[in-house]
Amino acid sequence: MVSEEFGFFIDPQRCIGCRSCVAACAECGTHRGVSMIHLDELDRLASTQTGPTVCMHCEDPICAMSCPADAIKRTEDGVVHASQKPRCVACQNCELSCPFGVPIVLPGLEQMLKCDLCYDRSSVGLKPMCATVCPSQALLFVPKHEVAALRGSKPLREFRIGALTIRTRNAIMVPDPEIPLNLDASILIEGDL
Amino acid sequence: MAHLPTDASRLRAEFGPHLNTAPPGGWDADLRPERIVETHCCFCGQQCGIKLKVAGNKVVGFDPWEEFPFNKGKLCPKGVKRYLQGAHPDRLLHAMKRTDSGFVPMGWDEAMERTVTEITRIQETYGKDAFAMLSGVSLTNEKSYLAGKFARLGLGTRNLDYNGRLCMVSAGAGNKKAFGVDRAANSWEDIPLADVIWVSGANVAECAPITTDYIWRARDRGARLIVVDPRITPLARTADLALPLRPGTDSALTNGILHLLDKWNLVDRDFVRDHTSGFEAALEAARDCTPEWTSAVTGLPAAAIEKAARMWGEAATSFLLHARGIEHQSKGVENVNSCINIVLATGRIGRPGCGYATITGQGNGQGGREHGHKCDQLPGNRDIENPGHRAHICGVWGCTDEELPRKGLSAQEIMNEIHEGGIKGLLCLCFNPVVSLPDSTFTREALEKLEFFVSLDFFLSETAQHADIVFPSALHEEDDGTSTSAEGRVIRIRKAVEPPGDARTDWEIMVELARRLGKGKFFDHFTSPEAIFQELRRASSGGTADYGGITYEKIEKQMGVFWPCPTEDHPGTPRLFEGGRFFHPDGRAKFIPTPWRPPMEVVDAEYPVWLTTGRVVFHYLSGTQTRRIGFLVEQCPHPYVEIHPRLARNLGIAEGDAVSVATRRGELVLPAKLVTTIRPDTVFIPYHWPGNLGANRLTARNLDPVSRIPEFKVSACRLARTTPDRFPPELLELMAAGKGA
Repeated sequence: MVSEEFGFFIDPQRCIGCRSCVAACAECGTHRGVSMIHLDELDRLASTQTGPTVCMHCEDPICAMSCPADAIKRTEDGVVHASQKPRCVACQNCELSCPFGVPIVLPGLEQMLKCDLCYDRSSVGLKPMCATVCPSQALLFVPKHEVAALRGSKPLREFRIGALTIRTRNAIMVPDPEIPLNLDASILIEGDL
Repeated sequence: MAHLPTDASRLRAEFGPHLNTAPPGGWDADLRPERIVETHCCFCGQQCGIKLKVAGNKVVGFDPWEEFPFNKGKLCPKGVKRYLQGAHPDRLLHAMKRTDSGFVPMGWDEAMERTVTEITRIQETYGKDAFAMLSGVSLTNEKSYLAGKFARLGLGTRNLDYNGRLCMVSAGAGNKKAFGVDRAANSWEDIPLADVIWVSGANVAECAPITTDYIWRARDRGARLIVVDPRITPLARTADLALPLRPGTDSALTNGILHLLDKWNLVDRDFVRDHTSGFEAALEAARDCTPEWTSAVTGLPAAAIEKAARMWGEAATSFLLHARGIEHQSKGVENVNSCINIVLATGRIGRPGCGYATITGQGNGQGGREHGHKCDQLPGNRDIENPGHRAHICGVWGCTDEELPRKGLSAQEIMNEIHEGGIKGLLCLCFNPVVSLPDSTFTREALEKLEFFVSLDFFLSETAQHADIVFPSALHEEDDGTSTSAEGRVIRIRKAVEPPGDARTDWEIMVELARRLGKGKFFDHFTSPEAIFQELRRASSGGTADYGGITYEKIEKQMGVFWPCPTEDHPGTPRLFEGGRFFHPDGRAKFIPTPWRPPMEVVDAEYPVWLTTGRVVFHYLSGTQTRRIGFLVEQCPHPYVEIHPRLARNLGIAEGDAVSVATRRGELVLPAKLVTTIRPDTVFIPYHWPGNLGANRLTARNLDPVSRIPEFKVSACRLARTTPDRFPPELLELMAAGKGA
């Protein structure tokens, strides 16, 4: 069981794009070389901002609801697991339905894989691999009360997507509105160049 | 003599870089480790703690070492994947000699004898100093110390230098001038206590990612962040104030800040009076650096300069960090001292939350500049020309003053002298000058003139490809020892596995060569790294970098010991300068006047664009190691040139276009990466690749007059759109590989 006290927090403001999370995810004892994290450059032309995407572990996971083979299970501690190999028919319903774009059906493997919060680690009191190595606090696995100390950010666990309201175990730290959004170096300097 | 033995593509096919993407046996192998070894990352100066999983004399994976206080399990992607170089197919397993058709294996004994014969021949023909040695600061403290002793007493040459010359020597020289000691003033634990953090010329997120954690911890308390860099790096993106100044104008900015601190009465007059000297002279040098003047030189708005001065000047506590951006210049030492001047003027040093540091770039960049493998230095940070310092080392080494050579040439100067014909032989370990020295065409020409070149390496680096004899050496995880991190914390490197094949550790190779050169009496007692460390302790005792009280046992017990640590009952010194006491004989810190002057090469009509170079997070220095690790190469397979869209538009360049970047030294053809996060008058190229992909084909051999560091960060170039058929074949290969990622 993963302790209820601990929460997983994603803080894109602090992401430095180093892909340590992607590198380390593949090293987890159960992932065997396949990373379950996406890390995207949001718009490299205009910014160095990057964004990590891990499973949000929804309270009512749409991936599981859309699975015709009942292959996706959510455990009592709120962790939504990768598809169970004997049941998964690789139909990609989960991949298509997830509003966060998390599950992946690997070609050749015929199974959906996704972040399982490194259950081999988190169920025995360790942090998921990505949150352990993240050098910049963009991915945190900490007691929930500690997050209040984070600068100007608030954890968000409820998302409205169309008519749906989705509640998640994992939280995204809401961006600080004071951070400048225009990152064009040319506006920060003056004179002829 | 030292031409490539066969064409470069054949060497690449045989010796790599090839990519290792999985642990030994593959992902489906039984990877249950037999042992876990707590050690440190083999890459940058953060020296993060890491656990290596070992099975069957192979490193099969990693685990975060959350108990280690510096990084608490955090790692960058290089640290995560470092274990993949252990059982790498490119590892050198046998001694080799160059033939007309390539390298062939040879016996260890024959390789040793040939090397000794050639060293002896060259020195008898041309003199002792005609044989030079280059070493690196990824070596442990023990190997650094031994390299210094081996060159001076084994080879008897004065011409020994190291690749720290391409890294932190400007910081070291500036620190010694100001403080009388060359070390970060604080452990990183003072960063989270600071109210304002000033970062100059440091791409912290990519070159020292763990440091971002310390900066966030400060900002969680409300600290403000000022970042000075021509590029809006990932850390600058979030800064309270980003100052994208024109390359080569760093000390103009800090002089402007000093000017305003005085004008607005934000100087800590009591601290300056009681604990420093030279303030008036430094101020005089900044007298005319008004916001308007500073704006004209740096290209920053005067209002931003004033804002920075307010932020810095009015804070109660502060920490200033800088790195290669200001140090890799022909006035790197002046840039460093100008930064220290604004630290001293506010009196914010030597107490909690008040500090200063250079972010060491190379693994043991700090320790490597303390133990005497610099051309002008003896162990304990002693001066090789100081009679008292020489006498101390002669006493420890058991040699006479006549046997101890004097100051020699620095790294670039050694290469210049090889090119001139004055140096005929070279031993190189842990250094890849073909990729990492500026003006790489010149470097290659120089190596081709050597009569004999011997290299110690674990992969066949681009430099080792020019060698006559190559000894297979050991990886980081194949030896014991210590290293000293950017903080000044001495840590334990633990052996995890035995070297493969005939590979041996660098210290074993040096000791055996010394014996065969007839100098065994100085080296025979070195039977283990710890035996070398015991002598290092005695040699450093009484010096500024005093390791006298540090033992392996104490390092393990305390998870590191900060020097100076003069006696075994001394706990070490995380924070220097407490109580305002500095290391100069009068106990005062010195302001150093730093009147601004232009870089040695400036833009003009022919070369109108500034060129700057640097790292990406996925690669380390010349890439000898990281260009062989699949995951890292997939993230960043090849170099590129970052161009602001305004500049690109003027030149008709679009994203991905082939762009010719030319300087007075050479030309590269690289794909364009259009980003608004760089000044429109400046372009950037990462430097981790060799040959036709090497940024150092473009950089100049201009040196700082004090530190002798080359001006990697400032060149003048011209750009032009060209056609993709001009992309070099190596680039096309890497681009194709990258698309598969």
